[in-house]
Amino acid sequence: MTDRSPSSPSIARGPRPTDRARSDARRPSRGTEPGPSSSSGEPDPSVRRDAGLAAERVSWGIDGRLILDGVELAAPAGAVTGLLGPNGSGKSTLLRAIAGIRPPDDGVVVFDGDDLLRTGRRARARTLALVEQDASTDLPITVHDAVLLGRIPHRALLAGNSDADRETADRALARAGAADLADRQIATLSGGERQRVHLARALAQTPRLLLLDEPTNHLDIAAQLHTMEVLRTLAADGVTVLAALHDLNLAAATCDHVVLIAEGRVVAAGPTEQVLVPEIIEPAYGVGCDVLPHPRTGRPVLTFSPAATIPVA
Amino acid sequence: MTPSTGTTAEGRAAAESRTTADGRDRPPRPAGASAGRGGPAVAGLALGGVLVASLLAAVLIGPADLSAAEVGRSLATHLRLDLVLEPLGLPVEPLSPIRDGMVWQLRAPRALTAAAVGAGLAVCGVVMQSLTRNPLADPYLLGLSSGASLGAVLVLVAGGGAALALLPVAAFGGAVLALAAALGLAGALGQVTPTRTVLAGLAISQMCAAAVSFVIFWSVKGDAFREVMSWLMGSVGSATWVSVAVTGAATLLLGTGLMLSGSVLDAFTFGESAAATLGMDVQRVRWTLLIAVALLTGALVSQSGSIGFVGLILPHAVRLVVGARHRLLLPLSALAGASFLVWADTLARTVFAPRELPVGIVTAAVGAPVFAFLLWKGRARA
Repeated sequence: MTDRSPSSPSIARGPRPTDRARSDARRPSRGTEPGPSSSSGEPDPSVRRDAGLAAERVSWGIDGRLILDGVELAAPAGAVTGLLGPNGSGKSTLLRAIAGIRPPDDGVVVFDGDDLLRTGRRARARTLALVEQDASTDLPITVHDAVLLGRIPHRALLAGNSDADRETADRALARAGAADLADRQIATLSGGERQRVHLARALAQTPRLLLLDEPTNHLDIAAQLHTMEVLRTLAADGVTVLAALHDLNLAAATCDHVVLIAEGRVVAAGPTEQVLVPEIIEPAYGVGCDVLPHPRTGRPVLTFSPAATIPVA
Repeated sequence: MTPSTGTTAEGRAAAESRTTADGRDRPPRPAGASAGRGGPAVAGLALGGVLVASLLAAVLIGPADLSAAEVGRSLATHLRLDLVLEPLGLPVEPLSPIRDGMVWQLRAPRALTAAAVGAGLAVCGVVMQSLTRNPLADPYLLGLSSGASLGAVLVLVAGGGAALALLPVAAFGGAVLALAAALGLAGALGQVTPTRTVLAGLAISQMCAAAVSFVIFWSVKGDAFREVMSWLMGSVGSATWVSVAVTGAATLLLGTGLMLSGSVLDAFTFGESAAATLGMDVQRVRWTLLIAVALLTGALVSQSGSIGFVGLILPHAVRLVVGARHRLLLPLSALAGASFLVWADTLARTVFAPRELPVGIVTAAVGAPVFAFLLWKGRARA
């Protein structure tokens, strides 16, 4: 199936410099793309400013503590961008700042040339959707009605759902793989099913910018892959997708770009293969990290070891 | 830029999911479950019919032996139906002043006030429960009833001829002051979150309740005691056409305004940040709705005292039947609440006639078992 034999030396730890050199040699040369910008400050220059999302100098603090400290982020249109970072690095806060739920204290968020934070709330809700973690309700509501909530920004506040709204909701349910759940009560769904419904609700908003906060949490591996595949097809349709992810390997397998943040600052940003490398991951997460090529896709696969075992280079 | 997926597990999972997602015809949704178009209108018309029938029944039923014909004659006289009926050869003969007064000055305003109060309280209950995402929220959550009680009790204790005339004003003033105190306290704690709102309301409620108990304990005797108790339990027994005007206008104006907030409340189904991503100005919506609820509740309480359970139970009962879609839930709750309170008041004045119960006892006596039943029925979900 694959003509590349697994590179055993990088599994059984060899001397690190050799390892590094080999992985560099293996990486296909991408002459047009510059390397990752490994310090905060510079947006990824491989990204066109006018198409897609660009956040500049975004800062947000609470109780005198800066959670986001001058974040520069770009997510190109028609691509899946992964937002990575350790717990508490500010991923959720950044998504909420971009979505305007907690407007940043400072900074600009531009999408397709429009200043999102100066856009009216309803117009913004027609442009972007946010899938949050752990959104729940005690109310008795069917899945279909829950997905129809996504149409609220698209209709007059006094109007009811039109047939077109219902069709949009049906399509969103189908796309999220939740069509068979339509008549179920939200309260009866499993965690994974609920996650699909939240995705469908966001899709019913027909957003051009889709933000997701850990959309694969609590999902089994098949559901994780399904979710990411849905995001890939959305991106193929031109939607700008920015997803905060915990699982670095999921990001490695499915994201076009990744942005790595730690302590509220961008540590690295760029094409996935160039950011998910040991030199960047090890200090950001405080672990040992080796990167192997996937035996079939050639995409990076990350393995981890406790930080203490890393020989100091 | 786009990674090749190839024939990986990922690609296969995607291919499978596409076939399940697109290639299947879903069975039609059962009517009423979600999209039923005719259902809501039918339910609305049916409940509207029930309300009209309840109002007529309430005017007919009572200890004084008034026949349906007499009631009809009285209503026809006052509604000027004689202008229509006389030319048709159906002369309308007015009732004697006393019997006519029983229909037109006692029962009719009483039934209409009960309907307006019931509708208003039910709508306020729905809004408060949705806004705070708290199933135990009711219109009195922000200390409104305790504040109104304090105002009313102070006036009743002060006594004098002006007391009864001043009572509604004092009750409304007490309710508004309690609301201001509760919201001020919630605001002083930081951003006005549902939890802070509920807790601040609880604090103000308890303070006012203590003051009411103290005043009653210290100085209320005899007739004033019964007057105070009747007010505290809630009653539409002294309803006049002024009560109808106040409660009716408040329910029609503020209640209709609240009923139009259906989509806004729907947006809060999954919490505040979900509402924000649907384009809602969360803080402004919350303040606007809270204040509208408070003014409406204050107006109702000023005429009827704090009638319990309608604003708590009715929303739950209606939600159990029609689901949580507010565009439907709000008007149906209003209609159901109106009919419920009309019947509760009819029971209150007939069960132990000629003695009359405060209607709050009846709503609680009926409401508490219903509530227990709903809890038991919903146990699987909890």
